[in-house]
Amino acid sequence: MTPRRAEHVAIGLMVSGAFLALAILFFIIAVIMIKGLPHITARFLLDNPMDMGRAGGIFSTIVSTVYLLVVSLVIAIPLGVGTAIYLTEYTEEGKITKIVRFGTECLAGVPSIILGLFGFILFVIKLGFGWSVLSGGISLAIMILPVIIRTSEEAIKSVPQAFRDVNEVLGGSKWQGVTRLVLPNAAPGILTGVILSVGRGIGETAVVIFTLGTSLRTPFSIFDSGRSMAVHFYILAREGISMDNAYATAAVLVFSILIINIFSYYLMHKFVEARR
Amino acid sequence: MSAADIKRKEKLIQRIFLVVAFSSLFSLFLIALFIFVEGLPMIWKVGLKDFLLSTRWSPTKGHFGIFAMIVSSFWVTIGALLFGGPLGLMCSIFLVEFSSARMRAVIKPALELLAGIPSVVYGFLGVVYLVPLVRDYLGGPGLSLLTSCIILGIMILPTVISISVDSLVAVPDSYREAAFSLGATRWQTTHMVTLHAAKSGIITALVLGMGRAVGETMAVIMIAGNALKIPLSPLDPIRTLTSNIALEMGYASGLHRQALFATGIVLFFFVMALNMIATLFARRKVLK
Repeated sequence: MTPRRAEHVAIGLMVSGAFLALAILFFIIAVIMIKGLPHITARFLLDNPMDMGRAGGIFSTIVSTVYLLVVSLVIAIPLGVGTAIYLTEYTEEGKITKIVRFGTECLAGVPSIILGLFGFILFVIKLGFGWSVLSGGISLAIMILPVIIRTSEEAIKSVPQAFRDVNEVLGGSKWQGVTRLVLPNAAPGILTGVILSVGRGIGETAVVIFTLGTSLRTPFSIFDSGRSMAVHFYILAREGISMDNAYATAAVLVFSILIINIFSYYLMHKFVEARR
Repeated sequence: MSAADIKRKEKLIQRIFLVVAFSSLFSLFLIALFIFVEGLPMIWKVGLKDFLLSTRWSPTKGHFGIFAMIVSSFWVTIGALLFGGPLGLMCSIFLVEFSSARMRAVIKPALELLAGIPSVVYGFLGVVYLVPLVRDYLGGPGLSLLTSCIILGIMILPTVISISVDSLVAVPDSYREAAFSLGATRWQTTHMVTLHAAKSGIITALVLGMGRAVGETMAVIMIAGNALKIPLSPLDPIRTLTSNIALEMGYASGLHRQALFATGIVLFFFVMALNMIATLFARRKVLK
């Protein structure tokens, strides 16, 4: 094959690869939207599921999902951002940062089913929280912790060194520098990470099904069980309870994930522009 | 506040952050601890050989052999790599070497969206669209090793793409310019120079993709068929380590539940080994 020919073949291959991947994405989104959207009404969103989800809406599962995400963020944000602050502001690159980074990488690689097993045995059984928003929230927090650490670290690193120097010259303490200069300036970047992890949390099933449980009642207390939208979709689809409601639930899920991703991408874009 | 007070306060704050920084490591330790404490006694009781190398899994009769699941998990991971690896690399090379900055700004975030689609949705669409296709055109029950490999191949795309794109971007432009000035075409430059320079990053991407595939649960439960046999053909149904845990966790108790945690230990070893390999290759990113 002449180099020229090879070039054409290669470009053709690469383009068709990228095209195939994009086509799969569009197929997934299109199918879910086309089959799901017609069944989404105000009543579907605001009614509780009836008859195991055969009828009624998904209101209690929306509440469970939001409740679960709020609890997990309340736990994961301080720990994640704190870790990022320590890594970037309070220590030099060395043994400790290496160990912490390695631990974070490994944690990111732990399969969600293992996290589910762990959350089940520790929080649900041993600590006696039962299937609850609390058990689910802590387990999910562990899952999203690496995402928040990584994005916060990037965001904090991108704050210009000059800010810190000025703070030092003016006699500010490190803590003042962190709270008044570094964090406010890194906030949009950190928020991007938080939003991304919300996106991951919304779709998570394996962790949630064993820690939050599958109760269709609306959770009030942190010790109540619930059923997230993703788990609800899984049960509807797998047990063949109602295809229409399964598609509609999936459409709500995928739609929120789309919005979340687009919003976080927009935010990141702004953040990067501002740093230039 | 006196200067000494401020100093003391700063010290305290630093200590607090140090403790917080160990939260992820501590979580990892707790996870490993509890999975092992729950699972090891069972392996002790049944015997490592009967646990790992027997294919008889019937918890009600006291048989806990997971060999068929280990084999299935192995094949499904390799298969996912066969589908997702080349496709992911093609996408990455296209993005970095053959597309304009503007195209990249649109296509890359779109492909990252694939990571956001919940795994249950992948599984569901696999059942509805891919399983009948495989059943009608290739035979077998449709719920099979092959179906799982295709769906998992798609699911690992974002991991493979994002890391290999990063490593391709990290190759200095001077390398490419040197190749161009010697008269090389874009593709010659890519496969003779750029891919070589980015090799370790690309291997990291593929290994981490395998890590995702071996750990994936919900999609696999829905499309793999969950049969307790060693697959002899790609069209046979399979049950992976992950699906075994998820399928039986709901009602297992006693020794049976311990056996599921022991299955978790094996899975944990697989994933950690893949992570170690990935970290090793990632360290060698510095170009010679």
